[in-house]
Amino acid sequence: MNRSTIDLGVGVFVVIGIVALLFLSLKVGNLGGEKIQQPYQLHARFDNIGGLKVRAPVKASGVLVGRVTDIRYDTEHFQASVTFSVDGRYAFSRDTFATINTAGLLGEQYVALKPGGDEQNLKSGDTIMKTQSAMVLEDMIGRFLFDKASEGAQGGK
Amino acid sequence: MRNAVSRLGAWAINAVWRLGFAARFFFGLLAYSGQSFRRFRGLTMREIYMSGVLSLLIIMVSGLFVGLVLGLQGFETLQRFGSSDALGTLVALSLTRELGPVVAGLLFASRAGTAVTAEIGLMKTTEQLKAMDMMAVNPVSRVVAPRFWGGVFAMPLLAALFSAMGVFGGWLIGVVLIGVDGGSFWSQMQAAVDFRYDIVNGVIKSFVFGVAVSLIAVFEGWDCVPTAEGISRAITRTVVSSALAILALDFVLTSFMFRELS
Amino acid sequence: MSDALVEVRNVSFAYQGRQVLRGVDLVVPRGKVVAIMGGSGSGKTTLLSLIGGQLRAQVGEVRVDGQDVAALPRDALYAMRRRMGMLFQFGALFTDLSVFDNVAFPLREHTELPEELIRDLVLMKLHAVGLRGAAKLRPSELSGGMARRVALARATALDPMLMMYDEPFAGLDPISLGVIGQLIRRLNDALGAASILVTHDVIESLEIVDYVYFIGEGKVVAQGTPDEIRASSDPYVHQFIYSEADGPVRFHYPAPDYAASLLRAEGG
Repeated sequence: MNRSTIDLGVGVFVVIGIVALLFLSLKVGNLGGEKIQQPYQLHARFDNIGGLKVRAPVKASGVLVGRVTDIRYDTEHFQASVTFSVDGRYAFSRDTFATINTAGLLGEQYVALKPGGDEQNLKSGDTIMKTQSAMVLEDMIGRFLFDKASEGAQGGK
Repeated sequence: MRNAVSRLGAWAINAVWRLGFAARFFFGLLAYSGQSFRRFRGLTMREIYMSGVLSLLIIMVSGLFVGLVLGLQGFETLQRFGSSDALGTLVALSLTRELGPVVAGLLFASRAGTAVTAEIGLMKTTEQLKAMDMMAVNPVSRVVAPRFWGGVFAMPLLAALFSAMGVFGGWLIGVVLIGVDGGSFWSQMQAAVDFRYDIVNGVIKSFVFGVAVSLIAVFEGWDCVPTAEGISRAITRTVVSSALAILALDFVLTSFMFRELS
Repeated sequence: MSDALVEVRNVSFAYQGRQVLRGVDLVVPRGKVVAIMGGSGSGKTTLLSLIGGQLRAQVGEVRVDGQDVAALPRDALYAMRRRMGMLFQFGALFTDLSVFDNVAFPLREHTELPEELIRDLVLMKLHAVGLRGAAKLRPSELSGGMARRVALARATALDPMLMMYDEPFAGLDPISLGVIGQLIRRLNDALGAASILVTHDVIESLEIVDYVYFIGEGKVVAQGTPDEIRASSDPYVHQFIYSEADGPVRFHYPAPDYAASLLRAEGG
């Protein structure tokens, strides 16, 4: 086995190794595909964020426009304070509505933005005033059962 | 009873003693690594060939099979919840985060690590290392360090290859054979797999495993009792210690890397 | 004694608590071939390791070319070893390199010579041991005697001032044995070097050496020129030369009295 065979073998090895890495990064992962350009920060306060996590997507009409970067508890307002960075290409009006939604019944949670009609747009560092908290499944089931029970009680009379 | 206690004590002292020796060996190895890089083409290239290129086949075939199994099992479980679209996510996340680095590391230890241990052990047994030392050529920088760096270099590439083959296998089963929608297979995967958190952390893991396995392999070869039995014991120790090191390090690394996500 | 290349003065050495050498004195003059003889485990190989600087004596000093080997820092020791050649018991050829590359190894590691010159030098060295035709073979394809000749070519590649041979005759057939013996003498005279021959092959060695040291129980027990040795009446030398099973060197490993241990085994 001479040196040029070794060089060739190692060359091939490195090439397919790098191809595998690129495949993982670009095709399997999200590098390149979704890149948030010139991001700006927005804040929003929610009564309940449910299962929202850092890095969760921020979507507008289902299009990915940003990611959640920080979640903390705001002791001034006694609410959850969520920070997310939004792609600089997209602007949202000041009366934009932020909701925490769930993808599918049991899927991951994301922040949905729904622009309103204000003529001025949100700037970096602004706080979205109109928010709706996450649907908590237990509450919904609880309410549903309560409604059913009260219905049954009325029907029995 | 007393005998057992004293044996346990002796075992513990011996283990600590060996650990200290291994640590000293590691620093010596790093100190004498200059040649491995100055003469990269002449020395380290051959070791990348031995550890990396010769492990290609087993890594790729195993990766493919692991991917196929993940595809089958994942589909079977996911469709109970009606979310077989998430098959791509399941396959890709389990491979890039865990199975790729860990299984490739275990295979690497048994394919390349044992070969390195056997080679160095045999060189010790046949006095080749001593002869080299007498020829004023430092065996650590000429024999040990290039094998170590060759392994360190090859391991991340092998792990990436393993994961890529696994994803391909999962796609083969899920999309081609079972008929999961190809579009949602890839798009859900891409939405869930993050470059920084999943891919880079996987590469970091495989790099750490490469360092651990290569160090264990060269150390066991260097430290072996220079007899036929000594070499075979050293090879066994390489496989056992490497497997333990990989699994233990995996736990430690995972708990650091994915803490905020879990 | 200005022409002494190697001087060993009152050297004692213990290995893991076992005393191997106890106050050894010996001198190897330039241009001479000196044999160190003694039974297995008498510390002959240890002595070579001390001269080569692979081990350090606890007591006494080893001087090579006027320098105290044990006191040399690593770089200086390596500089000295470039001028030493050592032939190991079974050749210790690098199994992953061809015969040619084995002999070229020290040249490539220590010199910046162009590849054509290395090729000429290697073929010359291989020619000197009669194996120019085997340059392309792998070490695994060589017989024991051939492997040792290749190792000899490799050890002399840098024209050393001191050659050390560790049991060069062990396990060879009579023809190879004669060939190696003649080579050792010829190379020594051609290089103008000094040679140390560690061996227990008495007859063959006495033919080619200039001086002999006998080592027993870690001490020099006898010394002299080959003629003096042959005529010696020393019981130790006598036992060694005439291969007697028992004598000053005991046949039995030290053990309690045989009858006593048998009786004790029965009683217990």
